[in-house]
Amino acid sequence: MIKTPRFLKRGDLMAMVALAVLLVVILPMTLDVFRLNLVAKYLTYAFVAIGLVLCWGMGGILSLGQGVFFGLGGYCMAMFLKLEASSVANTKIQSTPGIPDFMDWNQITQLPLFWQPFHSLTFALIAVVVVPTAFALLVGTAMFKRRVGGVYFAIITQALAAILTILIVGQQGYTGGINGITDLRTLKGWDIRSDHAKLILYFVEVACLFACIVVAILIRNSKLGRILVAMREKEDRVRFSGYNVANFKIFAFCAAAAFASIGGALFTLEVGFMSPSFVGIVPSIEMVIYTAVGGRLSIFGAVYGTLLVNFAKTSLSESFPQLWLFGLGALFIAVVLAFPNGLAGIWRDYVQVHLVRLIFRRRPPPGAVPGWTDDSVADAAAAE
Amino acid sequence: MAIGFKQREFLLAVEGLTVSFDGFKAVNDLSFYVDENEIRVIIGPNGAGKTTVLDLICGKTEATSGSIQFRGKELTKMNENEIVLAGVGRKFQTPSIYDDLTVFENLEISYPRGRTVWGALAFKRDAAVRERVEAVAEMIFLKDRLDTSAELLSHGQKQWLEIGMLLIQDPDLLMLDEPVAGMSVSERVKTAELLHRIIKDRSVLVIEHDMKFVEDIAHKVTVLHQGQILSEGSMEKVKSDPKVIEVYLGH
Amino acid sequence: MFGDYSVGDLGAIFAMQAFAGLILFSVFVLMALGLAIIFGQMGVINMAHGEFMILGAYVTWMTKTVFQEYLPSLFAGYFFLAMALAFVAAGALGMLVEWTLIRHLYRRPLDTLLATWGLSLILQQAYRSIFGAREVGVELPEWMMGSKHITDTIEVQINGLFVMALTTLITCAVAYIIYWSRWGRQVRAVVQNRVMAGAVGINTEKVDRYTFGLGCGIAGVAGSAFTMIGSTSPTAGQLYIVDTFLVVVFGGAASLVGTIASAFTISQARSTLEFFLSGSMAQVLTLLAIVGILMLRPQGLFTLKVRK
Repeated sequence: MIKTPRFLKRGDLMAMVALAVLLVVILPMTLDVFRLNLVAKYLTYAFVAIGLVLCWGMGGILSLGQGVFFGLGGYCMAMFLKLEASSVANTKIQSTPGIPDFMDWNQITQLPLFWQPFHSLTFALIAVVVVPTAFALLVGTAMFKRRVGGVYFAIITQALAAILTILIVGQQGYTGGINGITDLRTLKGWDIRSDHAKLILYFVEVACLFACIVVAILIRNSKLGRILVAMREKEDRVRFSGYNVANFKIFAFCAAAAFASIGGALFTLEVGFMSPSFVGIVPSIEMVIYTAVGGRLSIFGAVYGTLLVNFAKTSLSESFPQLWLFGLGALFIAVVLAFPNGLAGIWRDYVQVHLVRLIFRRRPPPGAVPGWTDDSVADAAAAE
Repeated sequence: MAIGFKQREFLLAVEGLTVSFDGFKAVNDLSFYVDENEIRVIIGPNGAGKTTVLDLICGKTEATSGSIQFRGKELTKMNENEIVLAGVGRKFQTPSIYDDLTVFENLEISYPRGRTVWGALAFKRDAAVRERVEAVAEMIFLKDRLDTSAELLSHGQKQWLEIGMLLIQDPDLLMLDEPVAGMSVSERVKTAELLHRIIKDRSVLVIEHDMKFVEDIAHKVTVLHQGQILSEGSMEKVKSDPKVIEVYLGH
Repeated sequence: MFGDYSVGDLGAIFAMQAFAGLILFSVFVLMALGLAIIFGQMGVINMAHGEFMILGAYVTWMTKTVFQEYLPSLFAGYFFLAMALAFVAAGALGMLVEWTLIRHLYRRPLDTLLATWGLSLILQQAYRSIFGAREVGVELPEWMMGSKHITDTIEVQINGLFVMALTTLITCAVAYIIYWSRWGRQVRAVVQNRVMAGAVGINTEKVDRYTFGLGCGIAGVAGSAFTMIGSTSPTAGQLYIVDTFLVVVFGGAASLVGTIASAFTISQARSTLEFFLSGSMAQVLTLLAIVGILMLRPQGLFTLKVRK
């Protein structure tokens, strides 16, 4: 009667195949390189959204500072690319050749110490994940061990996003300031700006995305996933069942940070620059809305939500720039008031029911019981 | 206090326990001892500090002063989860279960294995887990509801589920906060039966208002009043204590 | 670092710096008061707080324009009317928002946060559509401009003094309302036990609506006062939100004294640091210090210890 959770449930597998068909077959075949690159850019946010499903949807920990981790990952990648672009040969017109141009403009004559190791690609790739995750570990440990949670945690993470932005903008000699790190050209001599490179990067990104999805599903299907849900509902009960609640929260927060950092690094590669405008309060909270639109408990929903909101943003702000903010604002309100389970909830309640009836010509078996999986998300309205 | 008294090995020794919330002493210089396999019931009027005592023992509230020794370990210096691992289990007053998980998953989370982050990631639902969960589910009358989402249970069933979660934990000291409150008469009878079965081989600390229930199970009764012990001893002795009568029946 | 200044100069600099700190303090208190009421008393996170301030600022600007156009003779006194109008406008909008949005979300604080963020985006775009994207400034009546010389080297701005006086007045009024008036007792009763408060005959819905309205109204007045110091633009509200929240949280959400004390601490720290460091570094260090202290003392500076 009781089934052991399998490695991947059938529903997950089907959802994965559907997403793969969309991302690997349909989109590359129908879109030109420019549009595909836009999709690639949107998908980098999907990494953040998946992390938020674990951290916020399941664990109930709302972070309004995911831009920090997205940005740190992106900056680590950008620092490597910038150093490669700032070879002595490329920068001989500067007063100090061999350092990034913005440093030269700010009268810095020597590469700062923390930039030095970013000459190495291996180091940079490790740093992309390790630096943001370590930062999340530090913040998470400090906060969760002291039982800072809920609204307070949200506000403090938001403050962190503000702090990092101000810091990056203020220290322009070391960070490139408000413009960010721009004019990134090659990765180990390979021109990342060419159409061919963009196509390859897109597929690399999709592969990374699926890797992250599988990891997220494994976490969700493990006992840890159930403990996260349990913690969101009755933190004290989990604590008095012998678990160190803080450690589980730290794990969820770090996992979300790691996902976000991968997204950030890919963003730098796809778009060719990184700037503080992807770090601060506004982008951080927008990333939360992607997850909310997709359905805060649904890993696949997060991907679709990200794509959908960004498509809407691009097309609306191209044609009716005034309407976009109204639309986004209304989206925030609607998703909270009317559709707390987002797209995944709509899919489950309205589409899937009819699909099942259409295919099997009958209702789903009466024994089907809501659990915590995607296709049977429990009501997230009571998420707090 | 007699010298011979001190030398006995108690399971739980609470001494000089005090907690004050902004000057208000909810528990004031409280001392009591619980033996192995003893069933102790704490009674007292509202606001006497009963729940606070349980909170202090399980680490939910930090003591201002005093000590709580459990099997020689000082609980006041430990975290909640360490206290659980030491063998203390606690049931809350209102049923505290996970609505979004099934009955099986609720019970499984309390299974004493894989309690660290990595342990939980690697946790496998093997035969031992399943057997234990099913055995406990049978004991708490929920065997045929294992796949039900916990939010669909009745109030009484939720109480049982939480008791079941504690059983899986298999604590040496079980603390129950009003286990039969809000139950129907038939549920009460079943719960009493359940409690009788599970209090074997362990010590239990119960807060309860239902005097018939208390008389039924208590080895010893402690009466709390304004954070202090008013009376302690067998139910008979406590019932005839004039101080207790005064507090309960008014002036 | 002090080598270039004489003792007298230094004294003057510190006096002026202290005064600047006091103005910043008043501003923080004004910003935080409304939020402290809404967050502290109702537990609601209103991310659109800044936009309510901006509404007050725009109302002030509109009043100014009307007076300039039609009633130039009464221009000297327009600011008082403008502040009253700002209070009414922001308060009314607040009550409307409470009725349509907030009341559905009392049990879901994190969701309130997202919904009110959505509201803030809508308001920003509304301001942009109505008033244009450019900053607007407000001309002050003559008596509010200029500065007062206390000694030869120390001078203080009159509008700064005005803000300080206004802050004192509003703080006293709020303290009276919350702690001494019958209505304030009802608010606190609802906060502590909603069900019980309802059972003894308090109209909890009405209390919620008016509390939220009061908080937003004060934000409107704060915005009105801001026009004396800076200019107004559709997105200016967002700049204040982090500072304001930290002031409230740092002080301990439910305590008015805490809010004032934390506004004082933060503003003094910031204006002192600004003297030594660049503005952005001063801000970063202050924010970091607050976050650090909040980690050590998550409940804020002034909170009661109670059984949870």
